[in-house]
Amino acid sequence: MAKLEDEVRKALTEEHPWRNFADGPWQERVDVAGFIQLNVSPYEGDEAFLAPPTQETLALWEQVLELMKRERENGGVLDVDTETISTIISHAPGYIDQTRERIVGLQTDAPLKRSIQPFGGIRMVVDACEAYGYKLPADIERLFTDVRKTHNQGVFDAYTTEMRTARKAAIITGLPDAYGRGRIIGDYRRVALYGTDRLATEKRKELLELESEAMSEPIIRLREELSEQIRSLGELTEMAKSYGFDIKRPAANAREAFQWLYFAYLAAIKEQNGAAMSLGRVSSFLDIYIERDIGEGALTEDEAQELVDHFVMKLRLVKFLRTPDYNELFSGDPTWVTESIGGMGLDGRTLVTRGSFRFLHTLYNLGPAPEPNLTVLWSEHLPEGFKRYCAKVSIETSSIQYENDELMRPMYGDDYGIACCVSAMRIGKQMQFFGARANLAKALLYAINGGVDEKLGIQVGPKMEPMTGDTLDYHEVMRRYDEVLEWLAGLYIDTLNVIHYMHDKYCYERIEMALHDRDIIRTMATGIAGLSVVADSLSAIKYAKVRPIRDARGIAADFEIEGDYPQYGNNDERADQIATWLAETFIAKLRKHKTYRDSIPTLSVLTITSNVVYGKKTGTTPDGRKAGEPFAPGANPMHGRDRKGALASLGSVAKIPYESCQDGISNTFSIIPKALGKEDETRVSNLVSMLDAYTATGGHHLNVNVFNREQLLDAMEHPELYPQLTIRVSGYAVNFIKLTREQQMDVLNRTFHGTI
Amino acid sequence: MSMLSLGRIHSMDTCGTVDGPGIRFVLFMQGCALQCGYCHNPDTWSTDKGMRLTVDEVLAEIEPYVPYYLRSGGGITVTGGEPTLQAPFVAKLFAECKRRWGLHTALDTSGFCDPSHAEELMAVTDLVLLDLKLMDQERHMELTSQPNDRILAFARWLAERNQDVWIRRVLVPGVTDDYRELTLLGRFIARLGNVRKLELLPYHRMGVYKWEALGKEYPLEGIRAATEKDVARAKAVIDAAETSDLGQGYPRRI
Repeated sequence: MAKLEDEVRKALTEEHPWRNFADGPWQERVDVAGFIQLNVSPYEGDEAFLAPPTQETLALWEQVLELMKRERENGGVLDVDTETISTIISHAPGYIDQTRERIVGLQTDAPLKRSIQPFGGIRMVVDACEAYGYKLPADIERLFTDVRKTHNQGVFDAYTTEMRTARKAAIITGLPDAYGRGRIIGDYRRVALYGTDRLATEKRKELLELESEAMSEPIIRLREELSEQIRSLGELTEMAKSYGFDIKRPAANAREAFQWLYFAYLAAIKEQNGAAMSLGRVSSFLDIYIERDIGEGALTEDEAQELVDHFVMKLRLVKFLRTPDYNELFSGDPTWVTESIGGMGLDGRTLVTRGSFRFLHTLYNLGPAPEPNLTVLWSEHLPEGFKRYCAKVSIETSSIQYENDELMRPMYGDDYGIACCVSAMRIGKQMQFFGARANLAKALLYAINGGVDEKLGIQVGPKMEPMTGDTLDYHEVMRRYDEVLEWLAGLYIDTLNVIHYMHDKYCYERIEMALHDRDIIRTMATGIAGLSVVADSLSAIKYAKVRPIRDARGIAADFEIEGDYPQYGNNDERADQIATWLAETFIAKLRKHKTYRDSIPTLSVLTITSNVVYGKKTGTTPDGRKAGEPFAPGANPMHGRDRKGALASLGSVAKIPYESCQDGISNTFSIIPKALGKEDETRVSNLVSMLDAYTATGGHHLNVNVFNREQLLDAMEHPELYPQLTIRVSGYAVNFIKLTREQQMDVLNRTFHGTI
Repeated sequence: MSMLSLGRIHSMDTCGTVDGPGIRFVLFMQGCALQCGYCHNPDTWSTDKGMRLTVDEVLAEIEPYVPYYLRSGGGITVTGGEPTLQAPFVAKLFAECKRRWGLHTALDTSGFCDPSHAEELMAVTDLVLLDLKLMDQERHMELTSQPNDRILAFARWLAERNQDVWIRRVLVPGVTDDYRELTLLGRFIARLGNVRKLELLPYHRMGVYKWEALGKEYPLEGIRAATEKDVARAKAVIDAAETSDLGQGYPRRI
């Protein structure tokens, strides 16, 4: 009898997946933001309602930890399926433990077994297999070398001599020309809310609308893309079916909503190994389903948290097959499954829900971890209970980053998410062409050395007479630097145009773009490295005497600095305005150039952990930084030069204008617990105030680390005791023990703010 | 500006969180009349060193961070050295901080100060962090080179004015934390009635290098740092003394 009742109830809920939701325009057209606005339940309370992990969660997590341990012991990769090219439907269903998993689906048929994704570039796959002791079958290598062209090959077919030289010299570097570009967020929520049938119908309509126009190149391309998108939705449906779910219809309850959404994300990561495969902004959306189920008596808080915990477990298992030198650049095997949490609505209500708390709470239920990359959209108007909970979690886990909702909401509305680390975009309505970064510190050396690369000794930049004076003249350096930046901006945009043309052509993100509107905003997301090195170098040249010491080739290989000079990071206007000038000048130069698909140029000040590698490839700079020494990460002041305390350091970074750096300004902040106050409560209050004031004074992003240097030293000696020690680096988090020794040292050498 | 309005400053910290409530601008004044054996800033003793700054110059250093201080319920703390040695300067600084930004003001002092000298300063001070090093007269003399009667008189004077006070005691094992000493302290605090908080600061040895750098012999050589356990014990002794002395009904501290 009870069984029959269950079946009747199930049939009824499936027939009415939108029951008890507020009606609105979102029913007529695809409009997730509109749905959220009408149905979200803002939550103003504290964390007291949160539930501990269930027995099932603990048992399942135990199994995952064991798998992760085996992966580490196996040299970083547990297994590789070298036979099967990964697509949405390439692999049979995989499970960790089918009896326990509330949310199912893996990238391959077994947990932590990595797949091969050769469409971005076959070289990367071959090398990665080899590095971990596997051999890619010869026929697959041949297929993607002689038969099917890859993105990587396309790019190198079109690269000019100058682009190749610039790449070799690392004046432009980290380019996504050998693997997936990533940083595109599909609106995975659409699958839960509408089901794949409805989404495919909408896409077919959009395709039909394009039959009346003349067949210009953009229209032909768009028609092909839409057809691919429709096909991918079909494959997504098929993949879900292999796990026993019919996602053609909308999700009818919370568990289905999590599952549908996860399938959509899973389809994306099965086809794309993009540098950053971010999730979007799902926690408050999913909370709407949880609230409804709880209201209907179909779900308890324990069960709701269980869904979140199991979903997050899946996100922690996302893995790509990458080469060790990629990991040298972006350490710790990151995937940037960034989830944006909180923020305020355009209607003045908060978008914080119980769901926002539940996602942060996974850091306790499952322990700290770098993924998913939990990003709180901070506003001083957020509910006090949520602010305090965030601060508490930061102090205890160092696993959260914060980004300024007050800066971004006016530009992107209230349904934007963060891709990768600091890149904001309207979800389902905007995408970016990821452009890595240009090395502006090296560019300064080109200005001094007449365009000759200080490491390679060859002409790379525009040919100029090298500077010959005994001391560097500020105005002369600035005149030349301007010329080098002008050249670099043009070359950089052209290089990115080539890359993204080819990526669209050979490695198109069909399922992610199927979860976007047809007509979207595209940005050309450039970036810079070496901001603080350049600011300090120019300040030294301006306010002290800098004497170049030239080597046999006539290249300035070292610099003698006579006298003191103001340094970036001390809230000293003289140095800080140079940093601001640099960002404003470079974006102005980038904006002069024609971009692929009329994308809008944007700029980020973000290095992730690549500040170490950029430093290695750059000679001694006029600020006194020696050849090979790391840059500061992102927009951070150089290590140890921010001597006037934490707030002065924050003050300098907050001055970099977001208007010029709309792809984000990353600041990583490390403070010892004692420096936040004596009692736990005080520490929480002080951190909340710090975040309020930093964002109110215009700061964009803040990674917050709260720990003692001694703890990190101990973790270096005894990594086995710290399997989950997580720290924030520039824009994301890493497992500290997975960093290379060199990167660990770099973290230790950074400024730890603290008073005794 | 006349010479009188110049302050002799040792250093400043824009992000203090341990000297008063919230996040605070901490100004270290140069010069101190006491010579405490456990001082962790002996470099602030001398009265002829440090930089000479005007009130306006100090205010310019504070201004960029005012949003942090206001949002956190913090403010400015002037410490040292001994800030009351430059009372007119500090009074002027506090008055301006209040007038311009409405900042909360705290004075971290040894209390080695004549009340008549501090009248003007107290009028613009919201909180006094008063360091009571030892209740025992003779031992106070040994530790600091000065008797403590002036300090205790200053504490009573603050109580008469009902000035908010946090009492601080540095716990130096075997020097400032014996039973009799802590009991005397507890009783003294209970009678004052204006004490809002008691802070027990465990003695640490992180200032030793400064003594060495100054070429001074460190008088507390061989004494260990205080532990959490020492702090818990001391707190229990002081609490017991306070309650037994006055029983129910005396004003509770927060």
